[in-house]
Amino acid sequence: MARRRGFQVGVAAALVAGLFTLGFAVSAADVTMSGSTTVLPIAQAVAEAYAGIYEIEVSGGGSGVGITNLIDGTTMICDSSRALKAEEYVAAVAKGVYPMMWYVANDALSPIVHPSNPVSNLTIDQLRQIYTGEVTNWSQVGGANIPILVVSRDSSSGTYGSWSDLILKGAAVTTEAVYTSSNADVANEVASNPNAIGYVGLGYLNASVRAVAVNGILATVQTALDRTFPIARPLLMVTNGFPTGKVFDVLMWILSDDGQRLVLEMGFAPIRALP
Amino acid sequence: MRRPARALRDDGTAGPPLDLRPIRKAGLRGLITILKERWDRPVFLALASVSLIALGLILFFIFREAAPILRETGLSGFFGTHWNPTGSPASYGALPMIAGSALVTVAALVLAIPLGFAAAAFIAEVAPRWMKDVAKSILELLAGVPSVIYGFFGLMIVAPAFQRAFGLSTGRTALTASVILGIMALPTIASLAEDALTAVPNSYREASMALGASRWQTIRRVTFPAAFSGLIGAAILGMGRAVGETMAVLMVAGNAPQITASLLRPVRTLTSAIALEMGETAMGSTHYHALFALGVVLLIIALVTNGLAEWFRGRLARKHGR
Repeated sequence: MARRRGFQVGVAAALVAGLFTLGFAVSAADVTMSGSTTVLPIAQAVAEAYAGIYEIEVSGGGSGVGITNLIDGTTMICDSSRALKAEEYVAAVAKGVYPMMWYVANDALSPIVHPSNPVSNLTIDQLRQIYTGEVTNWSQVGGANIPILVVSRDSSSGTYGSWSDLILKGAAVTTEAVYTSSNADVANEVASNPNAIGYVGLGYLNASVRAVAVNGILATVQTALDRTFPIARPLLMVTNGFPTGKVFDVLMWILSDDGQRLVLEMGFAPIRALP
Repeated sequence: MRRPARALRDDGTAGPPLDLRPIRKAGLRGLITILKERWDRPVFLALASVSLIALGLILFFIFREAAPILRETGLSGFFGTHWNPTGSPASYGALPMIAGSALVTVAALVLAIPLGFAAAAFIAEVAPRWMKDVAKSILELLAGVPSVIYGFFGLMIVAPAFQRAFGLSTGRTALTASVILGIMALPTIASLAEDALTAVPNSYREASMALGASRWQTIRRVTFPAAFSGLIGAAILGMGRAVGETMAVLMVAGNAPQITASLLRPVRTLTSAIALEMGETAMGSTHYHALFALGVVLLIIALVTNGLAEWFRGRLARKHGR
């Protein structure tokens, strides 16, 4: 009886081990990219451009997830809409990973309002007052007498991080703010709500919302590229050390004129003026 | 002394001793024979243990990743009233999310329990056979709708309607989330409550009717009290469904981390805080550990509600001798 039970447990353990091994089988893609949802459209376009040449596997998850994956060795290129944080560097170096950041595109964060809203220009100070809750009615900044609804990205996203650095400068967002999980969802709420103000990346500006100029300058590809628009940020890709082989090829292509034209097509600004 | 191995009869009792000597003598061929005839137990044991191992691993890693928060903020820091993990100075108070989850869940249950119990009473006690089948399959259909679809419905239909109806600055409020959650918890509550009512022996109803009670009196005074612990179990499992729902709440609740008793303001729940922030959080940071600690709070709520529900439902089964 005892021996039989031992046999059964043995076979069971072998099966369990087999199932888990199967689950952890690694992917066979040439290049893997993961991370920021802001950079995701660029990554996907690059993967499509490389179809039939290299197999590029792309996933989102957020900048934090991408960096975690890079440190774990489960991705080769991490897409990030922010620079690495100190603790991420520490965690990476502790595992023998040396993050190297590549500046691949420019993005601008444009304030947006409902198309019916007459406010067409706000200063950085006014934006800060709106987001911290000091200004709560559109009439205080030259609009109609209706309350302001502040729409923000979740406080850990790279997009919020840039907004916080450039506009809030460390102050907390008003507790009345509504938080959404994506750029598209911010645009969606603002498009359907005359009270709302939000902020989105260049690629998410469309006819359903109205972009508001900041200090008199509208967010466009040109103003993001020449850095005259005050709320601009770089988009990054991060590799483990200096890349070699296929990862190097892909990064160099993204930085080439052809790659930068693709960046432009996806609604972002390139890193330099293109010929 | 070793007991001889016995074959099992169909009814589960032990049969006559097996003669294993030929198999032992046959070596490898014998092993193959054993595998051929006795493959089922190890295979099922393996499959069953996969879920057990998965649960164990989940618990282990959630607790391991949450534990550093005790060192970094202390219990009083974690149960503070301000959640601003990216501010300077950062604060990691979880009370806004706990309050948000509680508000949304209670409001959802206020909606779903009366409706669910009424639907259960109708299906179990009133409806004719064919209508019972139709109603039950509709409930099952409702339970099968993916939560993102509920969220989408809430975002596109319910939120704008509430914004207009109450003159709010946004329709993404605790109320919108409660209504959507109430609809989502309804099938769980209704079908479990229906099970509880069906478990009440028919003799109770017959006795009540024989005494001249009407159907309503029978339902109210006999069937419901007799099924009481099962109904409570149904309500608690419905609550578990509401507390744990993530996607739909994330889409419609507005996610403002504030402590409020007003249903007309945006709130952030435990689940949506994790879903919203985990993707962008630096691994190993205090924020990361705080999110895992929110997960532990959720896990404890889930384990307690499930345990309570099982206990109540078990009590019902014991009461009616089943």
